[in-house]
Amino acid sequence: MSRHYDIVIVGAGIVGAACAMECARGGLRTLVVDRGCLGGGTTAAGMGHVVVMDDSEAQFSLTHFSRRLWMELRKELPQDVEYDSCGTLWVAADADEMAEVHRKQKYYEQRNVRVEVLDAVGLAKAEPNLRAGLAGGLCVPDDAVVYPPCAARFFLEWALKSGAELRTGIPVIKLLPEGGVQLADGSRISAGRSVNATGPWSPELTADLPVRKRKGHLVITDRAPGFVRHQLVELGYLKSAHSLGSDSVAFNIQPRITGQMLIGSSRQFDVEDGSVDQPILNRMLKRALEYLPTLADLSAIRAWTGHRAVTPDKLPLIGPSLACDRIWLATGHEGLGITTSLGTGRLLVDLLLGRSTEIPATPFAPARFANGNTHHA
Amino acid sequence: MTDSERHFDVVVVGAGPAGLAAACAAAECGRNVGVADETPWLGGQIWRGQAKLANPQARAWIERARSSGVTWLDRTTVIGAPEKRLLLAEHPDGPRVIGWKRLILATGARELFLPFPGWTLPGIVGPGGLLALVKNGWPAAGKRVVVAGSGPLLLAVASGLKQKGARIVSIGEQAPLSKLGAFGLQLVWHPGKLWQGLGCKFLLAGVRYRSGVWPVCAEGDEQVRQVTLTDGRKTWSEECDLLACGFHLTPNVELPLALGCELCAGFVKVDEWQETSVAEVYCAGEPTGIGGADCALSEGQIAGYAAGDQRTKAQARFGKRAGWHRFRKAMAETFALRAELRTLAKDDTLLCRCEDVTLGCVKRFHGWREAKLQTRCGMGACQGRVCGGAAKAIFGWGMESVRPPVLPARVQHLILTTNDQ
Amino acid sequence: MEIRTMPETIQLRVNGKSVAVPAGTVVAAAVALAGTTRFRKSVLGGPRGPLCGMGICMECRLTINGRAHCRSCLVLCENGMEVRTDD
Repeated sequence: MSRHYDIVIVGAGIVGAACAMECARGGLRTLVVDRGCLGGGTTAAGMGHVVVMDDSEAQFSLTHFSRRLWMELRKELPQDVEYDSCGTLWVAADADEMAEVHRKQKYYEQRNVRVEVLDAVGLAKAEPNLRAGLAGGLCVPDDAVVYPPCAARFFLEWALKSGAELRTGIPVIKLLPEGGVQLADGSRISAGRSVNATGPWSPELTADLPVRKRKGHLVITDRAPGFVRHQLVELGYLKSAHSLGSDSVAFNIQPRITGQMLIGSSRQFDVEDGSVDQPILNRMLKRALEYLPTLADLSAIRAWTGHRAVTPDKLPLIGPSLACDRIWLATGHEGLGITTSLGTGRLLVDLLLGRSTEIPATPFAPARFANGNTHHA
Repeated sequence: MTDSERHFDVVVVGAGPAGLAAACAAAECGRNVGVADETPWLGGQIWRGQAKLANPQARAWIERARSSGVTWLDRTTVIGAPEKRLLLAEHPDGPRVIGWKRLILATGARELFLPFPGWTLPGIVGPGGLLALVKNGWPAAGKRVVVAGSGPLLLAVASGLKQKGARIVSIGEQAPLSKLGAFGLQLVWHPGKLWQGLGCKFLLAGVRYRSGVWPVCAEGDEQVRQVTLTDGRKTWSEECDLLACGFHLTPNVELPLALGCELCAGFVKVDEWQETSVAEVYCAGEPTGIGGADCALSEGQIAGYAAGDQRTKAQARFGKRAGWHRFRKAMAETFALRAELRTLAKDDTLLCRCEDVTLGCVKRFHGWREAKLQTRCGMGACQGRVCGGAAKAIFGWGMESVRPPVLPARVQHLILTTNDQ
Repeated sequence: MEIRTMPETIQLRVNGKSVAVPAGTVVAAAVALAGTTRFRKSVLGGPRGPLCGMGICMECRLTINGRAHCRSCLVLCENGMEVRTDD
């Protein structure tokens, strides 16, 4: 490979794939490299939830922007991406959580995000398998569900059609300060710039990167069509995702178009091991059963884990790295990589080409962690 | 201690020949033994324990197990090994936790299925599977059955079905006559097997048995009506009500893998004491190599005595086991799959039956992981047990690591609750 | 090791139809005795019946007494069972 590329993207997960698609369409001579198969890392492990989140203004901005891009792309998506606009239903267990529902409603309505508040009766009607005694919920009907590995493949196919190249099964061991990458066999691929889109493994390629691994568990059931109709998330999920401390679980269930139910979620810091953690699995399933008692008898086919990439302020790193302006970053997406893959790709290509970005990119600038500054933004 | 949590010195998973032999041996050593099997019967697949068993060897071992003081945990499906020395299992009445100090895995084998056009039609069943179903009430009398595929099971099944009143149309073995002849000569060293074989042939007098023959396609609407076979030169069709088709056996290594046992060439690696790469976990029978019931009995006894710390008794059986290992090797060579079997399936033939994924869809990818992620092949309820074997035979793709549960189980049964929680 | 004793003939219903089977019959066999060949419908709608007969292929899954996804080749018939195929 003696060609010179404008950009080499390391990591063919959904973020790398979206970046490749945007770069190639933007006229950049693009190469994507992955040590494994496409979409085989975190992309393969997680729930494909396309969701707006309001943990911070910046997070809202990126998720809302990205969700819009998904909706615009919707009619191009092939069937195996399984885009399903089932919506999210944030479930409130008590009056406190209902207050949170109203806060979110106000927040979203001010920003033109369609939402609907459900009271206890409305919630039971919308989701009959939820236990009695819940307070209500917030429905976000334009949120959606996709199957991430096929979405990543679709983005890459588009990138290839626009002139990009893809090499899988090729480990990259170094991002070169003069541009380009070095492979395990010592050979080099020359490029104007490289992009680290390797998710939880990004600190292996970029020293001192403020990215930590955060392990999650999921369980998928056999077909039980209609068991739930929306992606159901407990409001406590936000506390779990927000916290940078100990292990936590939060109820989260996704209906796949196949009729299978995908049950989550859990978060653990600093656990390298990928095997299923029985105590965490216990907690996660017990939590799910508290909301959906009849889930107990569905047939579970598989349990697995994956690692998210987390930064100190839970916002991704999109832009030139601290070390060198020929090494760029597109990583650190925590549990929002699927949603924000498209927004990340668009921001990245605009920044690379020196164009103005559709949403402010500063909150995601790697420079915000200069001088060891890692406090919450 | 309730029913739902029990602790034993030695736990045996699987109540087939290897498991029964291991359990009896361990019990003889004075150990408290529990045998878990997911069926309601003793004897595994090959000897489905009925009140009146035709096979005297099976009867003897089942009787011996019953009177040995071993605790039988029937209808208990082991789904995982969440902690050292604990197995998580599912029973129709609820979850089970089984504690062990020594573990003997005797999980047996399953039939290897290879796809060909029409292979998903109802009425197409593995030969061993069909005989097992018939022994448990499946109507066979008067039904026309074509038996095809590979392995010594074909003869045993055909004669078993004939005894139940089925009309065996023909038996087609893919292995060539030359290999079968050599295998037959080998049987001189294993007179019991020779008698078994001759017995089958006697019972099957008048039934067409062809070697070097394999199925090409099956046809029917709601169920199979006819199968087309070939010998590589000519092709012909035979009408049938049932097609018993399977290509010998492949080991059930999922639970050993979940426990971290190393494999070698697809089988569980064991030392002379039948101990795996995981300390205090033993393995006997088909998962260490497809050797048949006698080999399994031999290995099971060694594992049971070793797990019961009576190595001298185990060692006394090494010679006999060596003989069965020679038989096992000969069997593997005889019934190796011919190349043509890898190309029976067309692009529109289903490879993954659980998710309805065709061969054409899957072959675009470069490995099992990518194919699974992109097509969902192997991500269905059978957890890749059926299509995985086919993908291995057709593409040479190896299996990925096993994820819990080892078999599908109810969501609530994935939760481990032990007495000290 | 106790052996559960069973009555000689079992009465159960397959898709609402009464079937009498000998003790020791598995549910899969009872379905066949009731004249049903289609145990379940595949993802693309094709007919399926048991393949392996020993609980690993998952093709024989039926709803037994209201519980879905039961491997019928491994379940013994019991009096009063309600068996439904997945159509």
